[in-house]
Amino acid sequence: MTELSKTGAAVGEPTTAAAPTAFLEVRDLKVHFPTDDGLVKSVDGLSFQLEKGKTLGIVGESGSGKSVTSLGIMGLHTAGQYGKRKAQISGEIWLNGTELLSAPADQVRRMRGREMAMIFQDPLSALHPYYTIGQQIVEAYRIHHDVDKKTAKRRAVEMLDRVGIPQPDKRVDSYPHEFSGGMRQRAMIAMSLVNNPELLIADEPTTALDVTVQAQILDLIRDLQKEFGSAVIVITHDLGVVAELADDLLVMYGGRCVERGPAEKVFYEPRHPYTWGLLGSMPRLDREQQERLVPVKGSPPSLINLPSGCAFNPRCPYADIPKDDVTRTVRPELTEVGSRHWAACHMSQEQRERIWTEEIAPKL
Amino acid sequence: MTTQRTSGRRKQAMAAAAVVAALLTTAACGGGGNGDGDGGSKDGAAGFDAANNKVAQADLAKKGGTLKFAGAQDADSWDTTRGYYGFMWNFSRYYARQLVTNKAEPGKAGAELAPDLATGLAEVSDDGKTYKYTLRDDVTWEDGKPITSKDVKYGIERVWAQDVLAGGPVYLKDVLDPKGEYQGPYKDKSKDKLGLKAIETPDDKTIIFKLPKANSDFEEMLALVSASPVRQDKDTKSKYGLHPFSSGPYKFESYEPGKSLKLVRNENWKQSSDPIRKAYPDAITVNFFSNANDMDQRLINGDYHLDINQTGMSPQGRTTALKEHKANLDNPVSGYIRYAVFPQSVKPFDNEHCRKAVIYGADHVSLQTARGGPIAGGDIGTNMLPPSVPGSEGQKYDPFELATANKSGNVAKAKEELKACGQPNGFKTTIAVRNNKPVEVATAESLQASLKKVGINAEIEQYDGSQTSGIIGSPSNVEKKKFGIIIMGWGPDFPTVQGFGLPLWDSSYILESGNNNYALIKDKTIDGLFDDYVNTLDDAEKTKIATEINHKVMEGGYYLPFVFEKFINWRSSDLANVYTSDGYSGMYDFVNLGLKSSK
Amino acid sequence: MLTYLIRRLFAAAVMLVVIMVVVFSIFFLVPKWVGVDIATSFVGKQADPAAVEAVRTKLGLGEPIYVQVWEFFKGIFAGRTYAAGGDVTHCSAPCFGYSFRSEQAIWPVLTDRFPVTLGLALGAALLWLVFGVAAGVLSALKRGTLWDRGAMVVALGGVSLPIYFTGLLSLAIFSYGLGWIDGQYVPLEESFSGWLGGMILPWVTLAFLYAAMYARITRATMLEILGEDYIRTARAKGLREQVVIGKHAMRSTMTPILTMLGMDLGALIGGAILTETTFSLPGLGQAVLNAIKTQDLPIILGVTLITSLAVLLANLVVDVLYAVIDPRVRLA
Repeated sequence: MTELSKTGAAVGEPTTAAAPTAFLEVRDLKVHFPTDDGLVKSVDGLSFQLEKGKTLGIVGESGSGKSVTSLGIMGLHTAGQYGKRKAQISGEIWLNGTELLSAPADQVRRMRGREMAMIFQDPLSALHPYYTIGQQIVEAYRIHHDVDKKTAKRRAVEMLDRVGIPQPDKRVDSYPHEFSGGMRQRAMIAMSLVNNPELLIADEPTTALDVTVQAQILDLIRDLQKEFGSAVIVITHDLGVVAELADDLLVMYGGRCVERGPAEKVFYEPRHPYTWGLLGSMPRLDREQQERLVPVKGSPPSLINLPSGCAFNPRCPYADIPKDDVTRTVRPELTEVGSRHWAACHMSQEQRERIWTEEIAPKL
Repeated sequence: MTTQRTSGRRKQAMAAAAVVAALLTTAACGGGGNGDGDGGSKDGAAGFDAANNKVAQADLAKKGGTLKFAGAQDADSWDTTRGYYGFMWNFSRYYARQLVTNKAEPGKAGAELAPDLATGLAEVSDDGKTYKYTLRDDVTWEDGKPITSKDVKYGIERVWAQDVLAGGPVYLKDVLDPKGEYQGPYKDKSKDKLGLKAIETPDDKTIIFKLPKANSDFEEMLALVSASPVRQDKDTKSKYGLHPFSSGPYKFESYEPGKSLKLVRNENWKQSSDPIRKAYPDAITVNFFSNANDMDQRLINGDYHLDINQTGMSPQGRTTALKEHKANLDNPVSGYIRYAVFPQSVKPFDNEHCRKAVIYGADHVSLQTARGGPIAGGDIGTNMLPPSVPGSEGQKYDPFELATANKSGNVAKAKEELKACGQPNGFKTTIAVRNNKPVEVATAESLQASLKKVGINAEIEQYDGSQTSGIIGSPSNVEKKKFGIIIMGWGPDFPTVQGFGLPLWDSSYILESGNNNYALIKDKTIDGLFDDYVNTLDDAEKTKIATEINHKVMEGGYYLPFVFEKFINWRSSDLANVYTSDGYSGMYDFVNLGLKSSK
Repeated sequence: MLTYLIRRLFAAAVMLVVIMVVVFSIFFLVPKWVGVDIATSFVGKQADPAAVEAVRTKLGLGEPIYVQVWEFFKGIFAGRTYAAGGDVTHCSAPCFGYSFRSEQAIWPVLTDRFPVTLGLALGAALLWLVFGVAAGVLSALKRGTLWDRGAMVVALGGVSLPIYFTGLLSLAIFSYGLGWIDGQYVPLEESFSGWLGGMILPWVTLAFLYAAMYARITRATMLEILGEDYIRTARAKGLREQVVIGKHAMRSTMTPILTMLGMDLGALIGGAILTETTFSLPGLGQAVLNAIKTQDLPIILGVTLITSLAVLLANLVVDVLYAVIDPRVRLA
């Protein structure tokens, strides 16, 4: 594992003041979906901040609400929701001084692609199969720039070149299915960055790719971030992906944040049993085989009917340590466990420190 | 597929049609009704039955205008040699003349003959074997050339070319050349192609027919459209029906089979040469519809003047018209008898008592209702000679009391007959009926229901109606399929007992295929009566023989008559000089129809 | 692509021959099995056995089927000569023979009636595409609302109600009842407005049936496409919703619709029998129905050939269009 960045992103205690200081600030975000079976609380009170030039990693299992959060920021829950079943969204999302949830839909649309862009998990399904790569990048550029097709196409070739696609002037006329998986994701990145967005959200950008290509794509994202100076949110279920990339980490469980702080802290001094589980299930090349890969037991909770108390309690091996059964009755709030480091657990600081250093860390 | 039973899909279709019928009736009620009952009406309709056997509004006919026919079916052929449909014979008088033709008069008189191309009726020799005619002056073809006796002979000779010109009546061939020696004009070795020995043309104006054997109806046969002249240089053989060369007041302008037909005035026709045709309109059009309901609505709406097929309105159209436009309707007797016939080859119908059991057991009122009731269906049929044929006694001759005592069926009498037949507990049999005539299927069902009461279990078999002559016209097939009861109808080719009954009742007309003597009647008495008939020149005597033949047929119990058929036909308020004619089975006489305005 | 096309055309030609052989077989073998003599239905009331025999010879009914099929195809490409009872006719290519009933040449009948059917099919297709697809898209976008449910109930009605019902109903209301539309066919070359007046009811009736089907398919496809990742991508770019739906989603939705359209048009060009009968339109469908009723084999064969050709061509066009729309197909 390489050294983590020392300067963490500004991850502050959520404030209720109206004026945001951070580039991106999410306050008490709730995204609920009404269904026939009940209300699905995909995200239920999430707050964080992110500065320009910094990278935030959001980690969690599938169904923990991380993708819903990113789509929420992009405003994609409201756009394209037809019929009677619309997502219910509350809270505040401040991007560069604009509150997105209360802003007119058209203003948010104009910001999409220009000020905030997104890279998706599966580039094959995320690209339109009937249009060439060039056509799709040109379209993305021309939405926000009043230029002719020729200029836009030059820009597309330039971007393809920049993300490392060989012979970009030829490949620009290829269709997605004519690209390899890695090339497709590069093209997807080129399309996202064509408008120099200040916020880039990468949702599982490497999951669909094989291991060697994963590293290349991650390198590319990091290089580009340096070059463009954007803020980046990387969403993943795999801590390994964000280990090299993120300044800050945010661990989600059951639609809520269970631990967050500078990446280095979360990696080396995690203060939540779920984070320990995630670290335990992370493949690492520098350890012996036999002791690692201890997955978190059990399955993710139902978002309609979250367990009472701490949502993690049915899967937590330490649930019985706190007294009076509080883990099953009272929901733990985020408490500061270190400098800019928060975790939500009923166990005392000492108990957690002891378990980490004595039981968990040696096995990792 | 040849046979089929009523399927679910078909029932669905019928149900849907019934709903539409109801809607159509309602929709039509919105139009201004002029149901003035039987009298004339404001828009000029002559009144109910005003043209039935009498002339309606003769003096209102004006020269000019376009007479518009509508039709659900095109003619089998417009070739004078090949046409056999009644309406084709009627319509062909517009463009084809014969030596003699039916009188242009209403009712019974319309069945009498009058000279047309000829100066007078035939000079017949005493032995009844020689017929001589002289042609009028000024009779011309559509190109102005005179019509000669040779053209008449050539036209008649075409009947012999059955290999090329199949479809029409062949009476002339049978009478003039019973041994079949002549090969027809297309195989005729003689230079002028006029090799038929039985007809002589000493000069262009004279034509002499020499019959090997006398036939008292011969002149009737010369009035058939198949005796029309055809000019050799205009004979397009099998294609002639697409554009016949006109000898009448109108000529073909355009014809698209199944779509439309247009006739325009033949400028070379001279009124002075033609005692029959008045030629009122300037043009005559026929439009063919594939949807009979649609057609009837358009007749009622006034888009067309009359139905060329003259086979009665569709049930929907009839309902609307009777309610709203009764003054535009006529209710003539069609000349057709609808009946069931019992093939003697199928047991137990070889026994006349079993046949009579069916006749007595049937509910005749219910059969009449299935045919459409007393107005649209006709009077209950009591014997087998149509009212339009001389010698007919109508309902007065009712040997089985079908229209009186036994009209709802006589179960006791039927059981008696069954006992006499040796089948006291009844028997099983099959009713064969055409699948393309819903009304016939309805009568079959009615018959089935009433026979059940006397213990006769009849199954109904519907066969492909277009294959009629191949299926029930083949006695061996009838025997194999055990068709004990066949539902059919028949009309006269010309209004005599020979023109109606010879193919049905004479033993020499039993054929291997295309048979019409379905009962397979081999009765020496009947054969002898037909022989007497053709040899008798006296009309009164002929009529007597006709009556006698009818009696013999009825006494044999070969037939169960349903109705003396009647139609409801539409007559536009714009039509003038309208009348029905027995010469054309109760249809309007097309040739002298006129319009009230020439627009 | 060219070899592919040639291969497809060759397969189509083989298919046509097979179809013709089947039609011949049905026409000749079935009556034989049930013991019916076709020739007797071509002579008059008093069938002269010699005349029946002559008719059999003239129509070539005595020849083995393979000879008849061969003669039929030879006639189309090289013309053929008919000789019967001293009546010799040469029928030049393309010769589809002469009607058994009216004796008219078949080829002019086909060329005369084809435009009617084509006009009916194309006009109706235009209507049902516009209204069916629009209703389907709207339904998909307003999924679950009153509009959606209403539209789908109407569509269900459209799919279930038979043409002869809706056709007669429309005639009863607009033609006989209100008198707004004449409803009788007038050839296009005679009068454009008359033609429109005659075609509008058949168009609407036929389009109603098909629009219903297309609305249902469009709705289902659109709902599926709207769930695709690339639609989300399109929105993430900042595209207006109209563009997302109208361009990105529509292009994908059109693929199954085009396939259906190709098939439906092909089938309709063969003759919309019910529609043409209900409205007395002189098209191919009406001709073939009459021909079946009267056993007029040459017309049945001619129309069948045109129908098969139309269906096969429609298949080919759909395949080519598919490749144009979906670049992934081009590789295959």
